[in-house]
Amino acid sequence: MTANETIHPTAPAPEIDASCRLPLLALLVGASVWLVVGSVLALIASIKFHDPEFLAACPLLTYGRVVAAANDALVYGFCLPAGLSVILWIFSRLSQTVYPLPLVPVIAAHLWHLGVFVGLASILLGNSTGFTWLEFPRGGSILLFVAFVLIAIPTAAAFGYRREKTLYPSHWFLLAALLWFPWSYASANIFLVAMPVRGVAQGVIDLWFGNNLLYVWFSLTGLGIAFYFLPKLTGRPLKTYYYALYVFWTLALFGTWCGIPHGSPFPAWITSLSAIASVLLIVPVIGVMVITAQTLCGSPKSAESKSAPLGGPVCFIKLGLAAFVISSLMYIAPACPQISRVLEFTWFGQAQVQLQIWGFLASILFGALYYLLPLALGFAFKFPQFVRGHFFLLGLGVLLWVVPLAIGGYEQGANGYSLDASLNCLRISTLGLGLILIGNLLFALNVLALFVTWKINLVKTIFAAVTAPLKTSEVKS
Amino acid sequence: MKSGFPATFVVVLALGGSTLGFVLAPAVQLGGIQQTTVLNTADIYPPQRTGDATLGLQVYRANGCAACHTEQVRQDGVACEVVLTAPGANPAAVTNLLATLTLTNLTKEAADLVAGQITGLGGKVETHIVPNGADLDHGWGVRHSVAEDYLYDYPVQLGGLRAGPDLASIGVRSPDAGLQLKHLYAPKSVNSNSRMPSFKYLFTVQKIGDAPSPDALNLSGTDAAPAGFEVVPKPEARQLAAYLLSLRANLPVYDAPFTPPAKP
Repeated sequence: MTANETIHPTAPAPEIDASCRLPLLALLVGASVWLVVGSVLALIASIKFHDPEFLAACPLLTYGRVVAAANDALVYGFCLPAGLSVILWIFSRLSQTVYPLPLVPVIAAHLWHLGVFVGLASILLGNSTGFTWLEFPRGGSILLFVAFVLIAIPTAAAFGYRREKTLYPSHWFLLAALLWFPWSYASANIFLVAMPVRGVAQGVIDLWFGNNLLYVWFSLTGLGIAFYFLPKLTGRPLKTYYYALYVFWTLALFGTWCGIPHGSPFPAWITSLSAIASVLLIVPVIGVMVITAQTLCGSPKSAESKSAPLGGPVCFIKLGLAAFVISSLMYIAPACPQISRVLEFTWFGQAQVQLQIWGFLASILFGALYYLLPLALGFAFKFPQFVRGHFFLLGLGVLLWVVPLAIGGYEQGANGYSLDASLNCLRISTLGLGLILIGNLLFALNVLALFVTWKINLVKTIFAAVTAPLKTSEVKS
Repeated sequence: MKSGFPATFVVVLALGGSTLGFVLAPAVQLGGIQQTTVLNTADIYPPQRTGDATLGLQVYRANGCAACHTEQVRQDGVACEVVLTAPGANPAAVTNLLATLTLTNLTKEAADLVAGQITGLGGKVETHIVPNGADLDHGWGVRHSVAEDYLYDYPVQLGGLRAGPDLASIGVRSPDAGLQLKHLYAPKSVNSNSRMPSFKYLFTVQKIGDAPSPDALNLSGTDAAPAGFEVVPKPEARQLAAYLLSLRANLPVYDAPFTPPAKP
């Protein structure tokens, strides 16, 4: 027996789940609040296209501020902390050891949510940095960076303590995600906020960061989680290990160069390089299609997955993978100049971003959390019927939110950027966002109910321990 | 694979590469950018902004104007056009020749050929460089945006969505500060089709003193202030208008040549 094995012996699954309980709760209670806040802000922003004067008199709620705050609340408030919470649980489970130092992520989670609060308040008060996806001012971004690193270190330690040395595909994706965010976030903040570069180079760096967060980090996290849960929930092995390795390499190598549109006022080598990388991005996307199809159509279903009703966690994962493929194709298409000429600067780009957030990553995170939260807390959801409801609301909501935006984007681009051409589409999309918001409320309600039940149980346990009669032996001594 | 090293290696290779390429290289290539000269003149481009306009960029940033407005104009390419400036000694022959020639949308070689034919008959011509593209047809600029246009901007507000018009040369299109302020206060009073929210919080409605304020907006109808009151821009609104007027990307530079219209 090695020293490693004595310090970190193999633990049974319930014990591993219990060790992740505190970090999960600390990250997710805040995340579900930001999820609701973000979708309410997004809905306010969307309603402003029905009536531009809606809440226009309040400087805090002017369109430019609300829309930035909504996007940041969803990405930094929900997607990142929820992603981290799933990563730390998966790493503990794959390593078959209890999560080391669970209190560090608990402290970090509070720092993270404080950072998001500071950032959102700054945006609404007009103190954003003005860079897309990096709107949080210095105070907020430093808190986020420190908190991410504090969560990543014990999570990487959980990875290091693994009993089975051979890596599972999810390991590569999620380990890369733990490194990807701090690196790109720090680089972008150093060059844009701490020691700003002069002139239009700011635009290149901002677009580079946006791509590395919204496309690469989202893809690494979402695919890493999906490749863990898809085989687990369907009872079929992932097909295959080497396809997944191939997707990982190509996604990292090509994905990181994408995202700079054709007509940007940058030197031609930058836009050309980005266009080439976008075309090559088709390789990992085809890889994901093959893996998903072969895994789902492969060996026979397990009895457990056959009895699962439509709308359970596995449906969220499948929705997420389908959305990944569509959103990636929407991301690649503008690499063709003829398409870019029509679709650039229109709602089409926003549709892709929203599909990436809601259809892909958020959907996979919801599926994963609906599976793992009852395990980690040791009791079932208070409202299990909400899970199915959330799935249908999310699916229909994403459809009604993204498809009209994409069509509206085409109409807008084909009609000389006239907003009138896309106005009807924008109105339908508000409805989709409303459905997504109701679904998010169901999710937040379930998470908060779990949290309250856990708190009540905790208080009961403490109360019982305090009021328990002293043992006679203790009295005598 | 049995260790985390290969995955870490992929991250360092991929993200390290793109950090070198899209963060450090642009910082070196574009970060040291200087003013340039306007083509065929000794004028410096871009001129430094006024104090108000510099502060106005911060108002533009604070209110997230870039959520709906881009500040970048695209261009498909350039074409040449041949313009006859003097018919010369043999006007009839030149007129006959002109009737048989295409004078616009030519390549450089074709333009030289046409110019040669006309000058052969004694006519005098100029060859003009004319950029083309949908954004330019839209009237959003006379050339594509270049790095120098953003020399004094922090933060650079390129924008990614055109829910409203492009503003790269709004100062050329609409150079009246009063009209800009009126548009910020009540967008529909200037453009009845506008979907822009009003920025009334950048203005004060105040009682008219001994004499009406010279800054008061010229409003009418439902937008007008009640009798005895006037609408006056706060400093932020004036700075924002000054910034908008400073957006004038309309001069030919080395990266984006074109023949400017002749001065009257």
